Amino acid sequence: MSGIDDFRKETRAWLGANCPASMRGPMPDGELVWGGSEVEFKSEDQRLWFERMRDKGWFCPDWPKEYGGGGLSPEQNAVLEAEMRRLKCRPPQINLGIWMLGPVILEFGSEAQKRALLPPMARGEIRWCQGFSEPNAGSDLASLKTSAVDAGDHFVVNGTKIWTSYGDKSDWMYMLVRTDPDASKQQGISLLVVDMKSPGIEARPIDLISGKSSFCQVFFDNVKVPKRQLVGPLNGGWTLAKALLQHERRAMSKFGEFSLPNHVDLLSVAARYLPPADAGTSAEVALRARALAMAMDEHAYTLTAQRMGEEMRARQDVSGLMAIMKLVHSEQEKDKLEVLLDVMGHRALGWEGDAFDSSELALTRAWLGSFAQTIAGGSSEVQLNVIAKRVLGLPEGKQGK
Amino acid sequence: MSLVYSEEQRLLADTAAEFLLARSPVAAQRRLRDEGKAEGFGDALWKEMVDMGWSAIPFPEALGGLAFGCMGLGAVFESMGRNLSASPLLSSIVLGGTLIELAGSEAQQAEWMPQLIAGDKRMALALDEKPRHDPAATALRAERHGNGWLLQGDKRFVADGVGADAFIVVARSAGAPGERDGLSLFLVPADAPGLQVSPMQMIDSRNHAQLRLDGVRVDACALIGEEGGAWGPLDAALDRSRACLAAELLGMTQNLFDTTVEYLKTRVQFDVPIGSFQALQHRAAWCYAHLHLARSAVMAGLAAMDDPKLDAAGRARLASLAKWKAGDAAHRISREAVQMHGGMGVTDELDVGLFLKRIRVAQAELGDADFHCDRYGEFVEAQ
Repeated sequence: MSGIDDFRKETRAWLGANCPASMRGPMPDGELVWGGSEVEFKSEDQRLWFERMRDKGWFCPDWPKEYGGGGLSPEQNAVLEAEMRRLKCRPPQINLGIWMLGPVILEFGSEAQKRALLPPMARGEIRWCQGFSEPNAGSDLASLKTSAVDAGDHFVVNGTKIWTSYGDKSDWMYMLVRTDPDASKQQGISLLVVDMKSPGIEARPIDLISGKSSFCQVFFDNVKVPKRQLVGPLNGGWTLAKALLQHERRAMSKFGEFSLPNHVDLLSVAARYLPPADAGTSAEVALRARALAMAMDEHAYTLTAQRMGEEMRARQDVSGLMAIMKLVHSEQEKDKLEVLLDVMGHRALGWEGDAFDSSELALTRAWLGSFAQTIAGGSSEVQLNVIAKRVLGLPEGKQGK
Repeated sequence: MSLVYSEEQRLLADTAAEFLLARSPVAAQRRLRDEGKAEGFGDALWKEMVDMGWSAIPFPEALGGLAFGCMGLGAVFESMGRNLSASPLLSSIVLGGTLIELAGSEAQQAEWMPQLIAGDKRMALALDEKPRHDPAATALRAERHGNGWLLQGDKRFVADGVGADAFIVVARSAGAPGERDGLSLFLVPADAPGLQVSPMQMIDSRNHAQLRLDGVRVDACALIGEEGGAWGPLDAALDRSRACLAAELLGMTQNLFDTTVEYLKTRVQFDVPIGSFQALQHRAAWCYAHLHLARSAVMAGLAAMDDPKLDAAGRARLASLAKWKAGDAAHRISREAVQMHGGMGVTDELDVGLFLKRIRVAQAELGDADFHCDRYGEFVEAQ
């Protein structure tokens, strides 16, 4: 038996013995465990699963052991992922640091930064948030203005970041700042990591059309950031930002396999609110047909995610497929919720109170929340630009990059 | 159930692509059209396809087949779609052969399978009667007559019906149109007295026929499978064919998409390639996304046909999803292909029109979008 087969056997046995039964199967929204200085567990099983995976080094299985990782080879890591998928193990914690910043520090960070930042990250002790977007720098991220001015042994940061998820609950932020205001857009940007407890930082939650949200606007008022917290070269942050966003897309697609937050089963809702196929008015029959067509397109998307996984494992080029996933999923969700709104009529328009049941109210919020999905994380228009230019190779237009 | 071709299937796909590009490119299809050949396909090409073993792909070895599965067949159909190649592979093999495989008696199998696989004889399925595909609506009557049966009624849109050696006629031996019970299959030779076969010239210039059965008498041994119990095997054979047709649609759509993207890069207006206009870029990007969704649905449809663990409902659901989504993507992309080619897109000189026409026929064949949407819903709710 080869080494990898041994590893598979051991991994299977270990997961079987250590992953509690309640930690297997899809993860409902609200049961996520966020790593950080204050971890909140909703059950003893959540704690066990968190601690066992942490102690095994499997929060970051493919990082080197010296930085707190599991030291697995890419091949072993693939086996671990496959075995976790087979048992439907949930991710033991959610942590932007591990998924996005960690790989970038491994690639671009100094040795001192690796030793300082990675081990606590790998133990799930730091909750990280992302400071990229600004009120005037959304899709056009490179136009960001938050400044970091050289003040000897530290930078002084002034400005504001927006759409920072859990900005008020995070321990540290990785952020893009402008370190050279005279250079062209992409050239004068750097990546800093900042302790959210630094004086001069204030995080304010943002209310959305769907109600309370995890998003914050974060304000920086003469915040001192030590120079050792600059990751990568000065004014070289744009390259790191692009790498981070790539890791984000990869993490999101992997995460998507485990959970479908707010997933609504379209056809079961249709069955609840519409009469059977042979007993409806022509308007109800038409609604049912719309719901079915939507469900079929959604099914085609699920199959596409499955196919992408298979092609990845077969080491085929999936960059084209990857480029469509976010676009298709977010647009489908939006369309689907609109169809559901029509199916449920006024029952989908409740805001709060006893007149509506909780699933109806949840649907209203999910519908209002779905508007953000085609804007956040690269708007649909940006996704379409990426497909057109990078995948299809269509020429650059006059409207700029 | 895997959604990617295996190594062997990929090899077959490559062979098919190479062969068809050389022996049956789109220009060959155009030539067939211009010659007005009633069969709609080239005999020599069909013979070569048979020699390559394609007609044996889906059948078990005991019946002289290769037991290579629908996924393998799908790879061939996708290539046929890309090159717009016409052949009786769907009509005679996937529909006719599968019905003999699934419902035929040993004697019928012994007589027909070798001839079908060898391409010596050709079969066509006479099913549709109304403007839209609807197997349960079959009204053509079969009545007992002495030892055998008397068939009375009309059939339309019989694919590759002109020049077929025999027809499998779906007839109602009991019950009323709209019911699934009471359908029977009959083998009717093309030269049966009372049978009239005439061509229906359709936009895709392929072989379609209408049949008039005016008191056609057949022996008891012409019955294929159980009297009144044709639904099961018929539905299974149709699903196999729907998955293959979906693969053909996918191939056609892929070709149209590739051609159109290439055109966007080369056609210059206002001193720039028109592909630099964001209005067109975004539409092209959406086409690309739908093409990927269609590919996943088609692969699942083909894989479902080869999965012995799936029940009839699971199989039907995935076959309908494949045909529906392949048709949907083909619809969107064929419209965009014409529009983005501008004035040239509506000329006969460009191949775009040939693809558009074949796509529309393939969309309607074996069930259009509404049919499959309805059918998908039926099987979802049954679960």
